[in-house]
Parts: sequence; structure tokens; C-alpha cells
Amino acid sequence: MTEMKRRTFLGIAGGATATLSTLGGTLGGTIAGTLGFPSLVLGAVRRVVVVGGGVGGCTAAKYLRKLDPSLNVTLIEPEADYTSCFMSNEVLSGERTLQSLTFGYDGLRGYGVDVVQDWVVGIDPDTRQVTTKSGNRFDYDACVVSPGVGFKWGAIAGYNEEIANESIPHAWFAGPQTQLLRNQLTSMPEGGHVIIVAPPNPFKCPPGPYERASQIAMYCQHHKPKAKITILDAKDAFSKQGLYIEGWTKLYGYGTDNSMIQWISAAAGGAVEELDPQTRTLIGLVEEFQGDVVNIIPPQKAGEIAFAADLVDGDWCPVDKLTFESSRHPGIYVLGDASSASKMPKSAYAANSQAKVAAAAIIARFQDKEPGDPTFVNTCYSVVGEDFGISVAAVYSLDSDTNTIEPIPGSGGVSPANASPEIRKREVSYAHSWFKNVINDMME
Amino acid sequence: MKNYKNTPKHLRNLLLAALVALPATGAAGPSGQAMAFTCAGCHGTDGSSVGPSMPAIAGMDPEVFVDAMTAYREDKRNPSIMNRIAKAYSDEQLKDMGWFFASQRLQVFPQDYDAALAEQGAQLHDEYCEKCHENGGRPGDAGTLAGQWMPYLHFTMEDFIDGKRKWPRKMKRKVDAAIDEAGDEAIPALLNYYASQSDIDAEEPNHD
Repeated sequence: MTEMKRRTFLGIAGGATATLSTLGGTLGGTIAGTLGFPSLVLGAVRRVVVVGGGVGGCTAAKYLRKLDPSLNVTLIEPEADYTSCFMSNEVLSGERTLQSLTFGYDGLRGYGVDVVQDWVVGIDPDTRQVTTKSGNRFDYDACVVSPGVGFKWGAIAGYNEEIANESIPHAWFAGPQTQLLRNQLTSMPEGGHVIIVAPPNPFKCPPGPYERASQIAMYCQHHKPKAKITILDAKDAFSKQGLYIEGWTKLYGYGTDNSMIQWISAAAGGAVEELDPQTRTLIGLVEEFQGDVVNIIPPQKAGEIAFAADLVDGDWCPVDKLTFESSRHPGIYVLGDASSASKMPKSAYAANSQAKVAAAAIIARFQDKEPGDPTFVNTCYSVVGEDFGISVAAVYSLDSDTNTIEPIPGSGGVSPANASPEIRKREVSYAHSWFKNVINDMME
Repeated sequence: MKNYKNTPKHLRNLLLAALVALPATGAAGPSGQAMAFTCAGCHGTDGSSVGPSMPAIAGMDPEVFVDAMTAYREDKRNPSIMNRIAKAYSDEQLKDMGWFFASQRLQVFPQDYDAALAEQGAQLHDEYCEKCHENGGRPGDAGTLAGQWMPYLHFTMEDFIDGKRKWPRKMKRKVDAAIDEAGDEAIPALLNYYASQSDIDAEEPNHD
């Protein structure tokens, strides 16, 4: 207790400084300058423009306002509502509707965030201005860019955006393509063949294609028990592989001749190079695969604006992981799937965690303070089947020498192997509770 | 209701709020606030969970928080994701996080409950549980029960009864006595009672 009192005292003593800094803007140039707050000389309201209303952008906007209500925060997002991609595999099994994944931005407005529906076409790091398709311009003191992923069209010959919209959905953004894929599954003949093409690393939601296969199997088990699902993979290993295989073995006969799910690794000929969209045939190095329903998840890169704004090095956006500030253009912070944030995966929870680090760092910069040491968590649940959930978790800290976000040794990892049915069942309910809390924390 | 809002606690909470609103002074590593922010994806913003399987941890007594996290870290609770996460933190970091959550106001969300069972549960609570879980199980020296999500409470009781979590002092005797009195309805009654308490938003955290 003595220690606590001492710390409390230190905290209060520090509080005097913090209070002064927030009042700095009203103290006038000379006094503020004397006290060492040169950036507050003008006393102007700081403006942050957030590009992208997904997990990263929403969380950043909310926490910027939460940590400093004096900030002027504008979020620019092309869609009127947010539709969550995480949990959207449950639309394929019929466990939930797309509507249950759709949320408006009023919660963020309630935090004082100005939400603008528009498409950002340019970010000028010199004039510090964001330009939108409708011709509007937004000045910023800091810009948060969280556009998510885009696709490398052309990586699989014969597959393009139009085909994805019309007949062979990627369904890797939740929305009409998710519904299209669901409709194709329900109208597929009994004994039909579903093919899922899984992308090479790195991509958004590493366990996603395998959860998708599981959720489709869950649907087929009830409605089309003779159906087969083949995952054609560009990789030889995947996230939570041991646990998925345990689940598939227990639930869908994996490893037997009657297995509902089949996984073909790249080494076994799973990497595909071409699609014939008319016959829904995928051409691999060794053989061809023909499906009744085909879902291709293409190779990925950062979202479009990251390229337009010159934030990329290769496919992704390099950042200083202390703050998530772009290594290419100061004043722009790139987070979530578009950023190069190894060793964190491209997941919703990672984006949520990174956004808070960036928000705190932006505010520290505005106050001419050094950003605090960052801390990150990722958790991710996958529902493999009825009453069968699995998870992975990691807590990370920054190795500033290598600019790498490293898992803390001895912590994290996946669910125990061969856990009791009761634990697996609980993990399903944790998955659904996790979903509610992530949505709540990002935008409600 | 007892007058638990005495001045020293109030003062302490004010000091606490001032402390956690600031980055750690001079200490290396992330602040308690920064670490606590990473919990929100599963426990809701500032620890008020909207997910029925995950407990609210806002307003929690810091010692209760540290005890729970230490137990997870040492694999003394039924394995969940928390065991894997807790292993990342030092004692000092757990304390820092604990103080942050302690200073947050618990927000409780309405949930469905059975009114008759809740009434029975209220009586059982007064008789067997109130002594440790004071003020109807509001945040205090023991774990928060009031307004806690029913599925979470159900998992917790299941773990105690199945021997997957060690009973705190005297608790087993008290729960056994409640079951002796009300039979199979005892646990559902208690859970429905705690779930029925959605009107505690305005209460100050009680940490002593």
C-alpha cells in the first residue's frame, strides 16, 4: 500500500503537467513557448482524418476522441454501414444472416466523430490534405489510413473482378458476394463438389479459408451429406492446422475415404494457376479440379488508397511500429491489414490493438511527448463445427532495435489439443461473445 | 443498503482515476492503460463486456483482478484463452492493469432472466453469499456478480462444482448449504438474481 500511495502521488504530480499541456493552447504563445509546448502556440484544434471505416479506422477514431475530446476527427468511408467480414463464414452455414453482421456508424458519431460517406482518392503528405472522389478536401494534422486489403487480380489467369461479382465469388469482403456464395451452396445438387482456393501468405484472416471450409461442411452435413469440399492451397501449412484437422477428423471424417473435407497443399498440387470460369475448372500444376461451387480467395496486397498515396513498399505499407507512422510519409499512420506489422497477423483484433497504439502516439506527438511503449494483443476464434470452437492468442511487445512486433515468450498459442467437448463448446460461445465485444469496442 | 460510499474510498477512487489517466512516470514498458486497452476486444471498452460469455471487469477490485490473472497464469483455472494471455504479464503489469480497471465505472446491460428464480436467488444470496459478495455482489472484495452475464456465471459455477477451479475460503460450504436448501434450483436462482441487477450503472466502484 505504501508503494501505491507513492505512485499515486507521482501520478498526481505528473497530472499537473498534463493539465497544463491541455490548457496550453489558451495560455498564449509566450507562456506556452516558455513551458516548452511550442506546437501549441497557435492553440488551433488538431484535425485527424481517418481513411477507412473498418476495424482499424473505427477503433482509431473512437479512441482518438476518447483520449482527447478536443480533437477534430473525421472518418471517411465509402459504405453507409459497416459489414463485418469476421463471423461472415457463419452466413455460409446458415447460422447467421448478413444483416447480423451489419452496423451503422452512429455509435462513432456519438463519440463526436464526423463520419463522411465518400471515397478517398488522394492524400498529399506535403500540404497535409485528403482528397475524395466527390471533390472534397480535408486538411489534417495527422492522417490514419486503414483501408484493409485489395486483390492481386491476374495472379490466377481467367479470374477477375467481374467473374467474382457474378459467378465465382471471393466473398473475402462480407456483402453481396457472401450471399451469392451462400445461395450457390443451397442450390448446389446433393453430392456436389465445393472448391475453395486459399491464398498464399500474407493475407487477411489467416485461419479464414479453413473456417470457411468447416462452416460449409457444417451446412452440408445437415443438408447435403454426400457433398465434398476441397481446399486447394497455395501453401504447405496453415493457421491452427493441428486443431482444424482434429476438428475435421472428429466432425467430418477427415483422413478417411469418406471425408467431407479434403485439403491439398501446394506441394501436393494444390496451387492453381488458371481458372476456366465457364466450366468452373481450376488448373493446377499437376491436375485439374472441377467444382459445382468455386470460391477463389485471391492473393492480397494493401488496399487501393495505399498505392495511390505512395505508402507501399511492395505489396504492403512499412511503418514505424512504435507509432504506426508510415516510414514513407510523416504524419500518415497506416494500420490494420494494409500495414506491414509482422509478426502480428492481419486480423480484426490486431487492427483493433494497433489502432489504440497509433491513437495514443498521435496524441503524444500533438503534445510534444514521446509515445509510450506499445503493447499489442491478438485473439482469434474459429468455429469448426457445432459446439467445436478453437482459438489462438498472442501478446506482443515491440523490439525497437529491429522494428519487429514480437510475441512475448512463454505466452500465447492455440487451444489445447484434444480438449474436452465442454471446452470446445465454450470456445464457440467465447467466439460469439468476442464478436460482440470487438464490434462494441470499435464503434459502439 | 449499507453506506459503503465513505469518504476515504471516494478519495482513493479519485486519486486512482487521476493516476490511471496518465502514462506511467519513469517506468519502463507499456502503461496500465495501454495494456488494459488491449483487453477491450474481449471484455468491452474499459472492461464493460457486452459478450455474454465474457465477464465485465470494470470496477473490479485490483486485488481480485491480480488474483484471477495470477491463477490463469499458473493454469489453476479451467483452460481458456486467458491462461495463454496471462502468461505475458509480470506481477507489476498485472497490478497496473488492475488499477486501471478498478477505476472504470461498471456499465451493466439488461439481460433476460426469470423473475421468480431471481426472487428466490435474492434470498439465497442474502443468506449464503452476501457476507463475501457484499451489496448484492457489486464490485468489492470478492468477484463481481451483480449484473454479470449469466452464461459467464454459469461457466464459473460449473468449474467450481466440477473441481476445475479451487473454491475460495468458505465458498464450498456456503454453496453446498444453498443447494441443501433449494436443491437443483439453487444455482439457477442465484444466477438469475445476479443477472436481474441491471440498475447498478450509477454506483461508484467499491474497492475496500
